[in-house]
Amino acid sequence: MKELKIQYKKILVDYIENQSERNLYIGQNFIRQLIQKNITPEEVIHMHKQVMEEIFPELPVVSRHGYDFLIEIMVYFGLTLKEHQMLLEQQEEMRIEMNVATKIQSVLLKTTVPQIDEIDIGMLSIPIRKMNGDYVHFLNDEENYVGVAVTDVVGKGVPAALCMSMVKYGLDTLEYAENNPSYVLEVLNRIIEKSVDDSMFVSMFYGRLDLARSIFTYGSAGHEPAIYYNAADNAFYGLGAKGLLLGIMPEMKYEQTEIPLYEGDFIIMMTDGVTEFRHDDKIDSRKIIEQLALTYSHLSAQEMCEKLYEELQKLQEQGLDDDFTVVIFKK
Amino acid sequence: MKSTINITTEWDIVTAREIGRNEAKKIGFDTVNQARIATVISELARNIYLYASVGTITIETVEQDGKVGLAITAADQGPGIEDVRAVMQDGFSTSGSIGAGLPGVKRLMDDIEIQSQLKEGTTVRVKKWL
Repeated sequence: MKELKIQYKKILVDYIENQSERNLYIGQNFIRQLIQKNITPEEVIHMHKQVMEEIFPELPVVSRHGYDFLIEIMVYFGLTLKEHQMLLEQQEEMRIEMNVATKIQSVLLKTTVPQIDEIDIGMLSIPIRKMNGDYVHFLNDEENYVGVAVTDVVGKGVPAALCMSMVKYGLDTLEYAENNPSYVLEVLNRIIEKSVDDSMFVSMFYGRLDLARSIFTYGSAGHEPAIYYNAADNAFYGLGAKGLLLGIMPEMKYEQTEIPLYEGDFIIMMTDGVTEFRHDDKIDSRKIIEQLALTYSHLSAQEMCEKLYEELQKLQEQGLDDDFTVVIFKK
Repeated sequence: MKSTINITTEWDIVTAREIGRNEAKKIGFDTVNQARIATVISELARNIYLYASVGTITIETVEQDGKVGLAITAADQGPGIEDVRAVMQDGFSTSGSIGAGLPGVKRLMDDIEIQSQLKEGTTVRVKKWL
């Protein structure tokens, strides 16, 4: 501190003599040094007061009182400043942790799209924030069945991501793709109801394709209805079902419905981030998705997913504001 | 030397500050440290006044291993602190509670000890060595 005071005195004396910009610049650099050394504002003022008294021993007593007052009130200022600095450091730590968590999540919740001769499957999931609140899970066993769960946690960010990890492990415990959609939804509902916070809800569309018979069986827990294109009718149908979101009621029953899939048919499963690109009219947005799907129906299921994302991004008003997930089954 | 001030009104905070500052000056603390000690007394006394309604501030000279210093003890029978460790963390939202500003108090002093029991009260003892 003594050394700093000598330096400060020199800088101040130079300034009082010349009052040049150069002196001010040196003063600023000096302060930078003090901040690095964690010198508090009240110490700086105290040093200034002492140096002024040394240079001008005849300094009036009122000026001394003025400095004392400033020292006093700057103690509190310094405290607040320090707290602010600590918060910035903590924020940086959290940012780093968040990046690690994001990486872990993307490994943990990595979805591998099954490659099967009987059905063309495409999938795209784009998170709006760092962590994805949507998740797609495939179950595929011995080529008899392929199951798909499209899920959306109500809520975003870290809590949603944590909840999603549990959904993933819930689905993992089911193991076999031949499970009925209603059974899968009931099991998941119980797991989520028991273990997650009351404010966390998950919507899920679960579909299972019997590969030999080409029968698609589906059920839904408060999820955005899927879009089903029937090539023979050249018409679109919504695949929805009554059923509460997962995690609300412990003993919920979920219904399931079967539809046959023929050549040229396709099913678009998605989260509400896909349909909510226009805030005014939801029915309208599904019509637009149908139109786009038809335009690109000559492409592979994966290419259709990518085109849908591309086109909807162009259409939406202020940028997509939700996680965007779409899965297409194309016969 | 040891004096205890009852904190019931805002003016009692001023009295405690004054006694603390005079004692600090007498022991030999410089202007900056006098200001820090006064600020600490202020913070602790304000917490009593705002959140515990009644309590005391005790100011005393202490000696240990040849060192001289000042100890300030704030004691109240207020609501208490649920998680003492948490209130000592920067940025922990304690405004509006008896633990407000304790990380700052700790920074201005050399030692801090906190004892608290929910619904029974809190004792904060801080020391500053010369």
